[in-house]
Amino acid sequence: MTALPKTTRKKLGLVIDLDTCVGCHGCVTACKGWNTQNYGAPLSDIDPYGADPSGTFLNRVFSYEVTPEGGGAAQTVHFPRSCLHCEDAPCVTVCPTGASYKRSEDGIVLVNEDRCIGCGLCAWACPYGARELDQLAGVMKKCTLCVDRIYNENLPEEDRLPACVRTCPAGARHFGDLGDPDSDVSKLVASRETVDLMPEQGTRPVNTYLAPRPRDRMGRDAAELKPVATEAKGFLGWLDKALEKL
Amino acid sequence: MTRPENIQIDTSPPVSDEIRKTTCYMCACRCGINVHLKGGEVVYIEGNRDHPVNQGVLCGKGSSGIMQHLAPSRLRAPMKRVGERGSGEFEEISWEEALDIAVSWLKPIRESDPKKLAFFTGRDQSQSFTGWWAQNFGTPNYAAHGGFCSVNMAAGGIYTMGGAFWEFGQPDWDRTKLFVLFGVAEDHDSNPIKIGIGKVKANGGRIVGVNPIRSGYNAVADDWYGITPGTDGLFILALVHELMRAGKIDVEYLARYTNAGFLVNEDPESEARGLFLRDEDGTPQVIDRATGKLAPYDKKGVMPDLAASHTVNGVTHRTVMQLMAERYLSDEYSPDAVAERCGISAERIRALAAEMARVAFEEEIVIEQPWTDWKGQKHERMIGRPVSMHAMRGISAHSNGFQTARALHVLQIMLGSVEVPGGFRFKPPYPKPVEGHPKPHAGARPGKPLDGPHLGYPLGPEHLLINEDGSPKRIDKAFTWENPFSAHGLMHMVISNAYAGDPYKIDTLFMFMANMAWNSSMNAAKTAEMLAAKDENGEYVIPHIIYADSYSSEMVAYADLILPDTTYLERHDCISLLDRPICEAEAAADSIRWPVVEPDRDVRGFQTVLIQLGVKLGLPGMVDEEGNAIYEDYADYIVNHERRPGVGPLAGWRGKDGESHGRGEPNPDQLQRYIDNGGFWIGHIPEEAQFYKPWNKAYQDWAVEIGLVDAPAPYVFSLYSEPLRKMQAAAEGIGDIQPPEHLRARLKRTMDPLPLWYAPFEDENVDVSEYPVHALTQRPMHMYHSWGTQNAWLRQITGKNYLYLPKKIWEENGFEEGDYARVTSAHGSITVPVALHAGLNDSTVWTWNAIGKRKGAWALDEGAPEATQGFLLNHIIHELQPPKGDGLRWANSDPVTGQAAWFDLRVKIEKAVPKPAESQPSLPPIKSPVGKGPKVWARKK
Repeated sequence: MTALPKTTRKKLGLVIDLDTCVGCHGCVTACKGWNTQNYGAPLSDIDPYGADPSGTFLNRVFSYEVTPEGGGAAQTVHFPRSCLHCEDAPCVTVCPTGASYKRSEDGIVLVNEDRCIGCGLCAWACPYGARELDQLAGVMKKCTLCVDRIYNENLPEEDRLPACVRTCPAGARHFGDLGDPDSDVSKLVASRETVDLMPEQGTRPVNTYLAPRPRDRMGRDAAELKPVATEAKGFLGWLDKALEKL
Repeated sequence: MTRPENIQIDTSPPVSDEIRKTTCYMCACRCGINVHLKGGEVVYIEGNRDHPVNQGVLCGKGSSGIMQHLAPSRLRAPMKRVGERGSGEFEEISWEEALDIAVSWLKPIRESDPKKLAFFTGRDQSQSFTGWWAQNFGTPNYAAHGGFCSVNMAAGGIYTMGGAFWEFGQPDWDRTKLFVLFGVAEDHDSNPIKIGIGKVKANGGRIVGVNPIRSGYNAVADDWYGITPGTDGLFILALVHELMRAGKIDVEYLARYTNAGFLVNEDPESEARGLFLRDEDGTPQVIDRATGKLAPYDKKGVMPDLAASHTVNGVTHRTVMQLMAERYLSDEYSPDAVAERCGISAERIRALAAEMARVAFEEEIVIEQPWTDWKGQKHERMIGRPVSMHAMRGISAHSNGFQTARALHVLQIMLGSVEVPGGFRFKPPYPKPVEGHPKPHAGARPGKPLDGPHLGYPLGPEHLLINEDGSPKRIDKAFTWENPFSAHGLMHMVISNAYAGDPYKIDTLFMFMANMAWNSSMNAAKTAEMLAAKDENGEYVIPHIIYADSYSSEMVAYADLILPDTTYLERHDCISLLDRPICEAEAAADSIRWPVVEPDRDVRGFQTVLIQLGVKLGLPGMVDEEGNAIYEDYADYIVNHERRPGVGPLAGWRGKDGESHGRGEPNPDQLQRYIDNGGFWIGHIPEEAQFYKPWNKAYQDWAVEIGLVDAPAPYVFSLYSEPLRKMQAAAEGIGDIQPPEHLRARLKRTMDPLPLWYAPFEDENVDVSEYPVHALTQRPMHMYHSWGTQNAWLRQITGKNYLYLPKKIWEENGFEEGDYARVTSAHGSITVPVALHAGLNDSTVWTWNAIGKRKGAWALDEGAPEATQGFLLNHIIHELQPPKGDGLRWANSDPVTGQAAWFDLRVKIEKAVPKPAESQPSLPPIKSPVGKGPKVWARKK
């Protein structure tokens, strides 16, 4: 059992717009690339060119089909899934060695790989399936919120963002302090409907998902077109008048 | 409780030793990338923030580039075949031997009959160079992959408005309020569309997806129109019908900037029927609204009367607008008439038309920017109609795709939303009128260069590439009566025609970067058989095959000689204004690739190899009078080649001092200037020249100044296309150059000068009650043609494909998870795994393209899911239409452009009982010339 900090000075996290995410997997592979070369053990791939390739990813995109309650065409939602950096992170409290911990300065949940024994309890405790045990290194891997980018003085200031946010082509991913009501991400969240992920688990995720806006409402904004002519001759009469006005 | 002690971690680790900026090649999008190196090795790739294409972002493919660069499937050295074709038995040889072998085949051909070389370059991004090479070799048989990609889109746009989507133009993403997206291949213009969708949403705009499949961009569209494949033209013309009927068209725009007011000869006895009334200088005439008299359309102050009629010597002429009103106001194109065939209710069609009208005319944008038109008339401001559209292969890859693309552009033009704020905008070197493009050439003579560029835009029968006896000059039959406007050639017909000796036999097939033995061909398994076929003497029907690629694709096994290319991080390239540049609506831009790392294998950039071959063959332009090489390699060519005096492959930093842009003599430091600038050059278009480009004097002058054109070339849009009419007129018996009898009826119908819809040919060729289902493929956003599979990260995202079935077909056949379906077309059957996809047109099934792989290819294990469960739809799409009993080979292509009609396919679906162990057909393995990939991968530098 590992303790969580009572409060954190910041609540850094991601805001992911499910209305805009096109499911391109840019965030998936940018994450894989950065985190293979940086914090902790590289993200390995077992049988990468074989029958059953299985690699470690800190972020994966799932696609779900949703049929609206009132009927209508089925809709597809692309759902990028990574650690939510929960305020009450069950993956931390379950850790027997103190390897999993939540940082008091910014709320990031991290794994200290030197202490991790690869027991997998944290992955079992996480209701979101956000942790993956690296089969080669034998340690638990998870989203670090690119803790080695966001404060990194070797990067230009504009690049001090998680790799997934920096790369997202549709601008569906945002990063900031969700504990600060005046931050851009907090304002964005306040302006939109959000999707609560398993609130009954009491995990209080920091990452926030913005709900897809209602779809298939064509016809509500524009009045039906009224004919000025129903055949060519009448149309030419209208055309003549339209030209006259120019 | 364990308390984590105060853990110190390094939050500022060094990122890399060095960043080198080059251009991505993980798809055709050509984004700028920052390649991070540590100890001289590639460690991380991210988007270049300064780059005009991607502005820093990078998609799933681009962000996985490192795994393509390190893929075990990379070819390692030149190889010659030592087993039978198709066996995969090769021996590695030196470059000297490889080039000597190639020359021993090519030199005799060039000296005797250059057309015996068929040189087709697939997903080539250097066509201005490869085309130049082929022209100097002298073969007429050259093209890249456009014919099986989206030539309908390109040609439809150029014949209608002097430009098309993607590389030719883009929505005004910052201002558009309604963006309508028709069937799109998500690997084209990939990041710009994603960035654009993000912008439209952030600005509160609306996105409408017209696509049978609700995935990807259509998943985020605010409204989804799940159209039945092949009916987009009908749907679009119903929108035109509605807008005309309601008078929601931009009359002033149509009068000023289109040929809506041109007068068409209607004398049924005249050879000029259907052509424009012209004055003695050949200038089309209009009736001036002010005087009621004839006047040249381009005279200052003339405002054409769109409703006019005019009689000369008893011959009636009516305006294009009147012909359009007659056609499109007819009930044939009413929403009620088309709804069932389109699979979309009349009410929803009307709603979209109303929304287009509302946004175009009630949300008008005004930019207070004065400008002057080409007639010299000053305009105080720029008026925008913020409706924009985009389309690609979805509407293009049908046998009615050209006319559908034309219809789409006509819709945009009727709304007055082309080249205006908020609408669709051209990117340099477009706009360019169809008349400003080259004409096709095929004049081949022994030992001489071709008489001009291979590809172009015919304006009438006189530009066709046919012999006096009517036989085709080109192996792919491009620019013949079978497909007169085949501006990109027909790569998909080359192997089939060469095998059939129709129109003639060839000696050497030389291909680059196109997986023709697999996913790039229709009828894939049979195409492989044709490549390996022998004649009655035991000789290969296609005597020599040379193939150049970076990777161990299925095609490698079918070549006699392999010229291994580099990865995209090891090579020089130029993304040139002479070719398919990376311009934006606000700017001209071009870019380079350069070797950010050196190859660790005995491989060479393909273009450099072509130069070396050209030198050994003594090709004009590549050797001087003494036979010495003019260019050492491709980089040398990029810097020093001049296409016209002062105009070369790269526009930036020209002139001895590097201070000229566009025009200027070669600058020996040019590549370094590009590297110093992040791999690209950008030259901004002046503010007053940003919109109305075809008619904007300031734009025309700017285009001349930077060397896009040598003289201003203003023009009006062709709602009515005279080149099409000239072809149609020939089919009616007018003129000396006449089509063969068997094509007359088809030409009369399909070469219509006004856009029309006709059912895809497959619907006529097969019994639609037996084959009621449309079958499509699309590319995953994270894959590009067959490449994604060799990438360990990407194949974990999509390692096998399903045939996705709509709920109706799923339930009717009692499918359950894990089932297989037998999918049968008029041509053949495949048996493949299925999955349910509710967001799908009721009569459509689809799958991901090019996931299925042949066992032994791409350095994959033979048990890889791509090879056991993955499958291709290509096996049941024939390159020919079913035999008509006339002994003729009718291409499965658009009759105007020759575009491969991939999406015409109709099938029937049955549950496969019992389930097969693997997807069928399962072809025998080929031997991998590069071995297999490693069992474990973890690389940290």
